[in-house]
Amino acid sequence: MEYFLTEEQQMIKELAARIAEERVKPVAAELDEKEEFPWEIMSILAEADLFRVWVPEEYGGLGGGVFEQALVVEELSKACSGVAVSYAASGLGAFPILLYGSEEQKNRYMPDIASGKRLAAFALTEADAGSDVSAIATTAVKDGDDYVLNGTKQWITNAGDAEIYVVIAVTDKSKGARGSSAFIVEKGTPGLSFGKKEKKLGIRASSTREVILENCRIPKENLLGREGLGFVVAMKTFDKTRPGIGAQAVGIAQGALDVAVNYARERVQFDQPISSFQGVQFMLADMATQTEAARALVYSAAKMADSGVGNISKAAAMAKLFASDVCMKVTVDAVQVLGGYGYMREYPVEKMMRDAKITQIYEGTNQIQRSIIALELVREAARKSRK
Amino acid sequence: MHIVVCIKQVPDPSQARIDRETGLVIREGVDKIINPYDLYALEESLRLKEAHDGQVTALSMGPPSAEDVLKDAVAMGVDHGVLLSGRDFAGADTLATSYALALAVQKLESVDLIICGKQAADGDTAQVGPGLAANLDRPHVTEVRKIRHIEEDKMVVERLTDTGYEVIRLSLPAVITVVKEINEPRIPGLRGMMRAKKAQIPAWDAEYIGADPQRLGLKGSPTRVWRTFEPTRHGQGEMLRGTAGEQAVLLWEKLRGRL
Ligand SMILES: Cc1cc2nc3c(=O)[nH]c(=O)nc-3n(C[C@H](O)[C@H](O)[C@H](O)COP(=O)(O)OP(=O)(O)OC[C@H]3O[C@@H](n4cnc5c(N)ncnc54)[C@H](O)[C@@H]3O)c2cc1C
Repeated sequence: MEYFLTEEQQMIKELAARIAEERVKPVAAELDEKEEFPWEIMSILAEADLFRVWVPEEYGGLGGGVFEQALVVEELSKACSGVAVSYAASGLGAFPILLYGSEEQKNRYMPDIASGKRLAAFALTEADAGSDVSAIATTAVKDGDDYVLNGTKQWITNAGDAEIYVVIAVTDKSKGARGSSAFIVEKGTPGLSFGKKEKKLGIRASSTREVILENCRIPKENLLGREGLGFVVAMKTFDKTRPGIGAQAVGIAQGALDVAVNYARERVQFDQPISSFQGVQFMLADMATQTEAARALVYSAAKMADSGVGNISKAAAMAKLFASDVCMKVTVDAVQVLGGYGYMREYPVEKMMRDAKITQIYEGTNQIQRSIIALELVREAARKSRK
Repeated sequence: MHIVVCIKQVPDPSQARIDRETGLVIREGVDKIINPYDLYALEESLRLKEAHDGQVTALSMGPPSAEDVLKDAVAMGVDHGVLLSGRDFAGADTLATSYALALAVQKLESVDLIICGKQAADGDTAQVGPGLAANLDRPHVTEVRKIRHIEEDKMVVERLTDTGYEVIRLSLPAVITVVKEINEPRIPGLRGMMRAKKAQIPAWDAEYIGADPQRLGLKGSPTRVWRTFEPTRHGQGEMLRGTAGEQAVLLWEKLRGRL
């Protein structure tokens, strides 16, 4: 399909594809096996200016947005989505600063994030607060010119490796959902520590750890926006980053499809390549069609996110939901096309199938995405009927 | 420190095909790329530039399309590109090429070091680096796998040999050619690529570099290609399996059969 990318977008896509092919693919299986954070690849991405693509020019970026970031995430995910999410999670940590940071905060943090010198992370989830973010128990108490944070965040991508954390904490319990706030916490701050790296089903190169805050004292200048905005910051951030999860899903699916098509041409059974069997052909055709539909939806949502139109929650949720469900299905079918070989670690599709699952879970499970979409539908209808 | 890197545009060797009737390399429909060995020369020059606060000029002789490889070099981080282009240069062998490149280098200001790739992937002669040094009357070392040390007027390099390496000290300015063991070339970043798109690449002609037209291009090239052909393959390789001891026995039996 032709998406009429600008010359610059084409350049970004080709560069990300080249790095994925030359530098990521050869080490993807090893990174998965060793569950190792891909530092070397992060520095290659940094030198290639790929952390700059979604950052405005005034903060050292190249002035693109969600769409450009999605192009990079998609290409990297074709080779290894553990790498892709480590890259993308820096964006997840940075969007709150871009969206709600003061000029001073943006100038302080964004140039290093854009250059890739420092990675960012976003810490919302806790042991008892997953889908129900209003259940978070981490607190931030004002003390003179500081806030003192206490609590434990769980399953935070890039935790330990990132240097800049946006943490959502309760500042006023009596206000419920309006009682939480977003803070910037830098690695090295006394009272900030990390749990051990979690052992996961997929995206095993990416690091997932607890973020532990014990009397962690930060200056009040590190509050993002104002008190009470915590969940708004989180939701508006997800609106910007869910198309990126969609792009991750599209990339994994495309990677798996590419392997499956090539394999089907070469594998001979009953004296003919298995691609000559209609049973296999129809699987490949469905995989390709679904992947392309997911890509079209992701690109549209990403462009909407960059356009500045009003509410994009529904579009962002649809892109994430559809692409991740497609990704799961396509990767399962890719393993099927490769048969027993697909089940073996010598071939990349079993990893892609393991990696696919997370896209249906994080940044809001697909059930939560459906709730968001339904809620928006009802709201829109109500607004129309009022007119 | 001013470093000059000589680079060449070649047909992509991975797409190389030969016309069986004429024996010539088929150039139509084949992508033209930067000679793969020259990427190591470029990378080494950029590392020296970064470590010693120098500047790098990339130099190429070729048709107007060779501007592309100079832009690739700018994308990687070289400061300037210079293209030697014009009808006079066409059809040059290694002798005429080294002569022209040497004159171009002399046009550049205070050059300390010239780096070339080990050889070009199309001609495979490995003669232009040494030829350039001869024209400039400067020392050279081929097949450098490491620059150990460099200062204002001398450098120490390791030269790859079949059995190991030699350590050689030479005075600057000098010419070296490098092998792929020396580094891993960088992938150009987006900002470099954008800079390259806007970069102006000056094209110098024979007159500008003060060349004798008789020594340029086809006229200045005594090399004549007599015939080119695809080598025919004789026999087939065979893998011996088993433990080292078993393989030795198998090998001995095979060799004895041939004696
Ligand atoms: C690898 C990994 C990386 C992560 N990275 C981050 C990160 O960087 N930052 C961060 O803050 N968090 C991160 N998370 C957390 C992630 O966002 C949560 O896991 C996710 O939001 C779901 O929460 P939960 O796991 O507690 O599931 P639960 O909320 O306990 O859900 C369990 C099941 O119940 C369903 N369910 C729950 N509520 C409803 C409802 N109202 N209606 C219908 N179904 C419902 C869910 O869909 C799911 O199927 C990460 C998680 C993982 C696994």
